Amino acid sequence: MSIKKSPIIENLRKSQMLDLLSKQKRLDGRALNEYRPITIKLNPIQKANGSAEVSIGDTRVIAGVKVETGEPFPDTPDQGLLVVNAEFLPLSSALVEPGPPDEDSIEVSRVVDRGIRESQMIDLKALAIKPGVLVNCVFVDIDILNMDGNIFDAAFLAAVLSIATARYDKKIVGEDGKEEVQKVPLPIRLIPVSITSITIGDNIMIDPTEEEDSILDSRMTVTFDEEGRLCA
Amino acid sequence: MSKLIDENGVRLDGRRFDELRPIKIEVGVVKNADGSAYIEFGKNKIVAAVYGPREAHPKHLSLPDRAIIRCRYHMSPFSTEERKPPQPTRREIEISLVLRRAMECAVFLEEYPRSIIDVYVEVLQSDGGSRCASITAVSAALADSGISMRDLIVGCAVGKADGQLILDLNDKEDKEGQCDMPVAYMPNLEKITLLQFDGAFTEDEFKKAIELAIMGNRKIYDILRKTLTERYFKTGDEK
Repeated sequence: MSIKKSPIIENLRKSQMLDLLSKQKRLDGRALNEYRPITIKLNPIQKANGSAEVSIGDTRVIAGVKVETGEPFPDTPDQGLLVVNAEFLPLSSALVEPGPPDEDSIEVSRVVDRGIRESQMIDLKALAIKPGVLVNCVFVDIDILNMDGNIFDAAFLAAVLSIATARYDKKIVGEDGKEEVQKVPLPIRLIPVSITSITIGDNIMIDPTEEEDSILDSRMTVTFDEEGRLCA
Repeated sequence: MSKLIDENGVRLDGRRFDELRPIKIEVGVVKNADGSAYIEFGKNKIVAAVYGPREAHPKHLSLPDRAIIRCRYHMSPFSTEERKPPQPTRREIEISLVLRRAMECAVFLEEYPRSIIDVYVEVLQSDGGSRCASITAVSAALADSGISMRDLIVGCAVGKADGQLILDLNDKEDKEGQCDMPVAYMPNLEKITLLQFDGAFTEDEFKKAIELAIMGNRKIYDILRKTLTERYFKTGDEK
């Protein structure tokens, strides 16, 4: 998290955390390589083409997919569009203020976008309707509802699940030559997963909480595909 | 235009003219917030959260004798039929304003001088009447935060479709009906804190519409009150 959004941690709390870390322990009693409980709710938003609500511990995120048609980019005329947009809702934490997307929201959007795009989760070529003229656009919007660290993995999981559950209207020409509109899933090739780890001193841990996030030395989010290949 | 009410007086979603949509309210849903609430009002799904009273930033906004309220009503891009771009629209800014004014009547602002109360409303799914559902959610969130209030505020809309008065319009009735009048009400003080109006009523219809709105609001109030007492007074009521 940026300077703006990280809470100030008391020295006492910080030294307690560092103390525990030297014994390979964390404040909430987890092992360094242990995740918090993850809960998932699929399709909470019926008006979206697909949606998912994900909680990791007290971090809560909701993502919704809208599929609309539009013009392709000139450099990729035969591909559909993928737009990922994340917003830290001001209701998610006392430190977030309303306003246009700040660097934190943009970082989350870009990291999630990169993971989905580079893993080639969606076959964007299959989303072209009329190459160069009309393609399907997949809008993935992510709302952060409650912030308690590891927004990246929660946002990524919610985004992937909302894409996986999405159904959109596709014109299909039947055998008799008649056009009909069917609700079909997006052309998904694989399901990617992201894992975020941080280091504090010499210790590496996954799924950081807000407090751990605020005293980190470094952070890395890695995206894997189903075969364990690193993709972003 | 298709008919919104059939010959038996039943609306498209199976309700009678004076029937509300199903309502579900939960409080304390956003862990970081000082007070929060989630409401499902028909297909509307809305989260409201309160932060404060806290020090105002920038400081010059604060007033020496009372608190100020800042309100942001916002709809998620996936909440509507067609994707809504994330930046606030004129409609959202207007609703933020009317919600704020409605709240200012209910909160004892003078108890919190020099502070700010931030109220954030996020519509996750919209289905007509979202400003009314929002005001109910907001007052639940304010109650959850423990801020002193004169009364709770509840809201529901009345309108007219096929020449007949109807309570609590859904999306289609709102768009295709003849009238839409959202009314927010403080049931114990018997005061209206928000009233907006599109369409045309006769004077007589207007009076009946207000009565119908108040009747609907009293039902919503009962649900809200029950939710809050169940959460906070369980042990007190058991004796």
